Amino acid sequence: MKVSLGTQRIESERTVMSNTSAVLDTPEQGFAGLETRGVHAWFGNHHALSDVSLQFPARTVTGLIGPSGCGKSTFLRLLNRMHEFIPSAAMAGEVLLHGQDIYGEDVDAAAIRLKVGMVFQKPNPFPAMTIRENVVSGLKLAHIKIENEDDLVENCLSRAGLWKEVKDRLGASGGSLSGGQQQRLCIARSLAVEPEVLLMDEPCSALDPGSTLRIEETIKELAEKITVVIVTHNMQQASRVSDYCAFFLSDGGPGVLVEADQTRKMFTNPNDNRTADYVQGKFG
Amino acid sequence: MSDVTIPQPTRPWQRKRREQVRSGATFVAMAILAFAVVLFTGFAGFDGWAIVLFIISAIVLFIKGRKLSKKERKNALIQLLIASAATLAFLPWLSIFASVAMKGLAGFRINFITSDMRTTVPDDEMNMGGALHAIVGSFMMVIIASIITLPLGILSGVYLTEIKGRFTFLVRFVIQSMSGVPSIVAGLFVFTTYVSATHGPTAFGGALALGILMLPTVARTSEEVLKLVPEELRSAGYALGARQWRTTLMVVLPTVRSGLTTVAVLGVARVIGETAPLLLTAGSSTALRFNPVNGPIASLPIYVFGLLQIGTEYAVNRAWTGALVLMIFVFGLFITARKIGGKDKR
Repeated sequence: MKVSLGTQRIESERTVMSNTSAVLDTPEQGFAGLETRGVHAWFGNHHALSDVSLQFPARTVTGLIGPSGCGKSTFLRLLNRMHEFIPSAAMAGEVLLHGQDIYGEDVDAAAIRLKVGMVFQKPNPFPAMTIRENVVSGLKLAHIKIENEDDLVENCLSRAGLWKEVKDRLGASGGSLSGGQQQRLCIARSLAVEPEVLLMDEPCSALDPGSTLRIEETIKELAEKITVVIVTHNMQQASRVSDYCAFFLSDGGPGVLVEADQTRKMFTNPNDNRTADYVQGKFG
Repeated sequence: MSDVTIPQPTRPWQRKRREQVRSGATFVAMAILAFAVVLFTGFAGFDGWAIVLFIISAIVLFIKGRKLSKKERKNALIQLLIASAATLAFLPWLSIFASVAMKGLAGFRINFITSDMRTTVPDDEMNMGGALHAIVGSFMMVIIASIITLPLGILSGVYLTEIKGRFTFLVRFVIQSMSGVPSIVAGLFVFTTYVSATHGPTAFGGALALGILMLPTVARTSEEVLKLVPEELRSAGYALGARQWRTTLMVVLPTVRSGLTTVAVLGVARVIGETAPLLLTAGSSTALRFNPVNGPIASLPIYVFGLLQIGTEYAVNRAWTGALVLMIFVFGLFITARKIGGKDKR
């Protein structure tokens, strides 16, 4: 079942959880081309995520929120085929990028990951590479020719909000930066391959408030050009950076999508009581 | 939840069963074709078959390659090369295993593992006598050697990774040079210091020699295993107010329990086939014995060695069966290690 924003919705506390799905209408911006349809995820026999259908509007930030263990990160990793690296993992449903199922036959997972980039919870710049080499590493790894390396490095580092701090020491090791700078270097690295979508898995949870603020600014600027999906445990962060929010919850069984809507609405007047309780900090 | 039909879990990233079956069938067909070629042409034997199979797969790849994209063709070519190289590396092992298994099984009767050679001469039929005394002897010596060596070796590993004391360099140096000691030298050392000073060859003497050979293996591998414990875990132990030895005992060592089990098995596997040092220190016997400190004792390698030297038909058959039993033990050890080692890995 698909529920569109604006259509009538049964206001009931006993809404069947896994039945909920949502389409985010964005009349002004159009549809991103990234969409999931009835996605499930398993780890061995453990059913981790059930029946998630969600669309990501283009050039917006979508925050995935919910308590620990509700399947947010699993869902995120399904979006660029990182899920399959876990040996016992299995899935069902469709993840469509421009209408094509990324789990379809003859789809090259590496090519998908080139289009759908990812930033991880812990900053992970390549320690054996310099800052400059880190930025262009995605292109080097994928055998992509670089036209003008200097411009590219400057452009990516600027978009990640790091250029001013490192422009005089591009030859230094990526590991010599502070945690927040490393994370922004990782963002610059993902931007260099020009992804259409950037997935971020709690990118600020290991960082100090100052660095967090810088990265949030970066995320907002990125959303002018690409689609961002960010997992966060921080409600303030979700309300600050995201245009849309999707609330995941697990009642002991598999995680389900409870509700997805515009962030403003999710935080002020959500349809589901559990969403209201969660965003107000009553649990989780 | 009841009104949602839960779909079947799938793994779209794996090759489809249909494709697996098809490529398996292709391989079997090629293997049979290669066998037919070997039967009717000048190519002969296993080597001939392997060469013919390689040529056929290359031809099949070439034919299929016309339908594939450039990337897929490259992938298929490299797959063929890697598979051939792997087979080439695998062949010697397969050949050893197959010949020991075939020649050993031919002479295997149940009495081989239930009786000793007390009342049997090596030329008797295979349904008489056996290697029970050698099996028991080998086990006894390996167990005694392990009891002596495992604590010493693991403690050396602990010294090198946890205590990091003043003698770290010296300990590491001694362990490294010990691992280069020829096994006969270890045997000679125990012979001059223990065997000739007491009542001649015994199981304990053999165990001492085996222990000397086991120690460097155990110490080095346990050092490697202990290095894998994340520093955070030690910090967590210390931050709870634990002393170093409590942290080591209750946090570090249990964390690598499976690794240390593998260490023990590797150590045992290193020495269970040793022959030379046992010639000097444990001697040989035809009877089942259980006393480790009195009288010479048989072991599987010496049993095989002795019978091969006699060289008559039944003696050699017995030697092959003994070798098979020894190999099965080593195999069993590695499988046990894998099982235990895999248990607490996530």
